[in-house]
Amino acid sequence: MRRTLTLSILLAVATCAAAAPDAAETVRINVDKLRFAPAEATVHVGDEIEWTNGDFVAHTATARDGAWDVALPVKGSGRIVAQQVGEIDYFCRVHPNMRGHISVKPK
Amino acid sequence: MTLKFIAAPMALLATCALAWSEDAKPNDAQIAHIAYTAGQIDITAAQLALQKSKNKDVREFAEDMSRDHKAVNDQALALVKKLHVAPQNNDTSKALLKQANAKEAELKRLSGAAFDKAYIDNEVAYHKAVNNELENVLIPDATNAELKDFLSTGLKIFQGHEQHAESLAQSLK
Repeated sequence: MRRTLTLSILLAVATCAAAAPDAAETVRINVDKLRFAPAEATVHVGDEIEWTNGDFVAHTATARDGAWDVALPVKGSGRIVAQQVGEIDYFCRVHPNMRGHISVKPK
Repeated sequence: MTLKFIAAPMALLATCALAWSEDAKPNDAQIAHIAYTAGQIDITAAQLALQKSKNKDVREFAEDMSRDHKAVNDQALALVKKLHVAPQNNDTSKALLKQANAKEAELKRLSGAAFDKAYIDNEVAYHKAVNNELENVLIPDATNAELKDFLSTGLKIFQGHEQHAESLAQSLK
């Protein structure tokens, strides 16, 4: 009984360590039929954002303020690392009807 | 009786002004032909722009058009093959080509900023017209679900082109 308890506490500690808030994550956004999905994403500084293009035409993920411009080739992907806190609107340069938004929160 | 006699041809004329009358809706083979022809026309226009324009934004736009419309038409060909549909020439395709040839002749006579403006203005008008035809005629009339779905994705791509052309037209003013 005591051993089981110790084990479960150890397991709990291990689980918490893995989910520590300072570990950078990868947030994935799919591009399908001219849509960023999800269109709204919340990340933390240091997180990686990865777009995967499932369409048969090439796209871009381009920050409205010009901070980044990521090429998303057909059936390919592109990524950035969130550098600073902020609210970023982005779009596809080839198809400006495709729009998305990223909220970057502190670490 | 006389009134009816006059009214009938008038109504007929009004119907003919639209691309298709109620009892002559385009079939899937004709719809596929129209969509493919519309794409080829824009690729030809893009090639002319790449020969003539020195404007970086205009050239990039033309490259986007050439690449996207080729990708859409390649998909269209694969789909009609899968569906065993042979694209069928028709009056709308013929009218589109005739208009495009006249526009091409006009654009060929221009150069420099005048060419850039005329090409982009035409891209706005052309995408508007084709998108309107897709949205209100071709997509509603397509009977095959896969063709309908494919044309709907095409429409989203071309609506993107229309917006891109519109913002470029603004910056060229």
